[in-house]
Amino acid sequence: MTKLSDWHIMGVLAIAGLGLPFLAPGLITQLSFLWLMVIFALTWDMLGGRMGYNSFGNILFFGIGCYAAAVVQRDAGLPYFEALALGLALGAVLAVAAALLFGAALLGIRGHYFAIGTLGLGITAAEVAAGWDYVGAGSGMALPLFPGALGQREFFFCFSLFAVAIVCFLFLRWLYGTRFGLALNAIRDDQDKADAMGLRTTPIKVFAWCIAAFFLSISGGLAANMIGFIDPRDVAFAGATFGVWMVLMAILGGKGTLWGPVLGAVVFHITQELFWTYLLGWQRVALGLLIVVIVVFFPQGIMGWIAERRAAREGAAS
Amino acid sequence: MSVMLEVREVTKRFGGVVANDRISLTVTQGEIAGLIGPNGSGKTTLFGCITGTLPVDGGEVYFEGQPISHLRAGPIARLGLLRTWQQTRIYGEMTCAENMAISAREAHGGLISLLKPVPAATRIRASDLLAFVGLHEKRDERGGRLSFGQQKLLEFAMALMNEPKLLLLDEPTAGINPTLINGLIDRLRRANAELGVTLLVIEHNMRVIMNLAHRITCLAHGEVLAEGTPDEIRDDARVLDAYLGVA
Repeated sequence: MTKLSDWHIMGVLAIAGLGLPFLAPGLITQLSFLWLMVIFALTWDMLGGRMGYNSFGNILFFGIGCYAAAVVQRDAGLPYFEALALGLALGAVLAVAAALLFGAALLGIRGHYFAIGTLGLGITAAEVAAGWDYVGAGSGMALPLFPGALGQREFFFCFSLFAVAIVCFLFLRWLYGTRFGLALNAIRDDQDKADAMGLRTTPIKVFAWCIAAFFLSISGGLAANMIGFIDPRDVAFAGATFGVWMVLMAILGGKGTLWGPVLGAVVFHITQELFWTYLLGWQRVALGLLIVVIVVFFPQGIMGWIAERRAAREGAAS
Repeated sequence: MSVMLEVREVTKRFGGVVANDRISLTVTQGEIAGLIGPNGSGKTTLFGCITGTLPVDGGEVYFEGQPISHLRAGPIARLGLLRTWQQTRIYGEMTCAENMAISAREAHGGLISLLKPVPAATRIRASDLLAFVGLHEKRDERGGRLSFGQQKLLEFAMALMNEPKLLLLDEPTAGINPTLINGLIDRLRRANAELGVTLLVIEHNMRVIMNLAHRITCLAHGEVLAEGTPDEIRDDARVLDAYLGVA
């Protein structure tokens, strides 16, 4: 894919992102969640796809963003938007601090052990939040009311999440073009070799997780306000839904590719909404089957499948 | 010529097995040193001890006069002491050009310096070194798709990209097409002479090591058995005994 066609796709997406809320106001919440899913898949893929560290704990940073925003908005005594901005900033600081702390501890372990360790991280966070009265314990937290006119709220959060998704995509696109991007791939392919070649692998890994934590916490603060209510297990630290979906979307689209996570998020989100609409009662079963189909038929994801087909065609032609 | 590497009484045990038993050897700046010995004599273990991939149980390793046995592989590599592996280690999903680019010395830097694109000068050097080992046509191919012998050449080129002062090569000709071995010997010599890289080479192919090395150390059962010029080693009865079991 050339750079030019990259910008073409981005242009189409930008027009869709800016235009659809006006053209189809009924879909605005779906669209907001779609941008959230794109952020999930992109940030997960940085570790899972580019660096070879399959994290099941990224939901931690999303939850920290949710709670930081909610607490600041409740206690700061500031007007809505000032409180939201401060909450997002605090959430980002806390999430990055958590990534530094847990990254230093967990990124030293590899393979399945890292996956299991991070799984524990999300579950523990949910249990802590559910037992902590300061953040509403098991009954969760309600976010303050949006001050604007009726209907503006949806537009505001849809465009905010869209902006975060765009910034996240462009940032990662730039990052993967630097030596840092190559270093992530080197760690994925053979970390001992990367160490022995003089790469400072630990700071590289921790920094990558900090970047993911930053974008996830921002999206968490916005999503919490969009939903209006945070439950420790079902919204903030929703490991069984959001936490697993991020992995699935990245794998579905194609791990370690630029567009794979975006494509995976779009396909996954649309499929999932169709299941809800047309297979109500069976949507979880259908989702489970979808996961099986993804793993069996698209182990390299859609982008990987396309690349394979293209290589096969070129091989046949030459 | 100054001493570049000094291994002093290094001991390494795996449980009850003493893989390296008070091994001492030196490598002088600018030379090509050889390390031979029958299978299981502790050559690769010694490489691990020198380059920080295995912690030593006794003794000390000095690189340019500085003790390094307490350091891990990364800091030792940044000092300019690098190794290759017998089974070859390359980045399989990355293209040859990318393998080379991330092996450049500037990738040793901190995070800030990593957040830059690969400079044009590095790309050119990578391209030149790939041509040097004969892999220029494969530059856009994924490393994992190369044959074993080509991967060995790629790993060698990656090591040169890192501009080491001392390079430890673990069986560089193993798995390489015999008709290409002479070319490889020539490239090792040129890396030594033109790029100024001191070499310590483990090799089972006697024709190669006798041709290549200025000085050879022979290990057996984890101990230094003999040391000397290729001619001295060739005529050493103990070396013949270790390899063939006859005196």
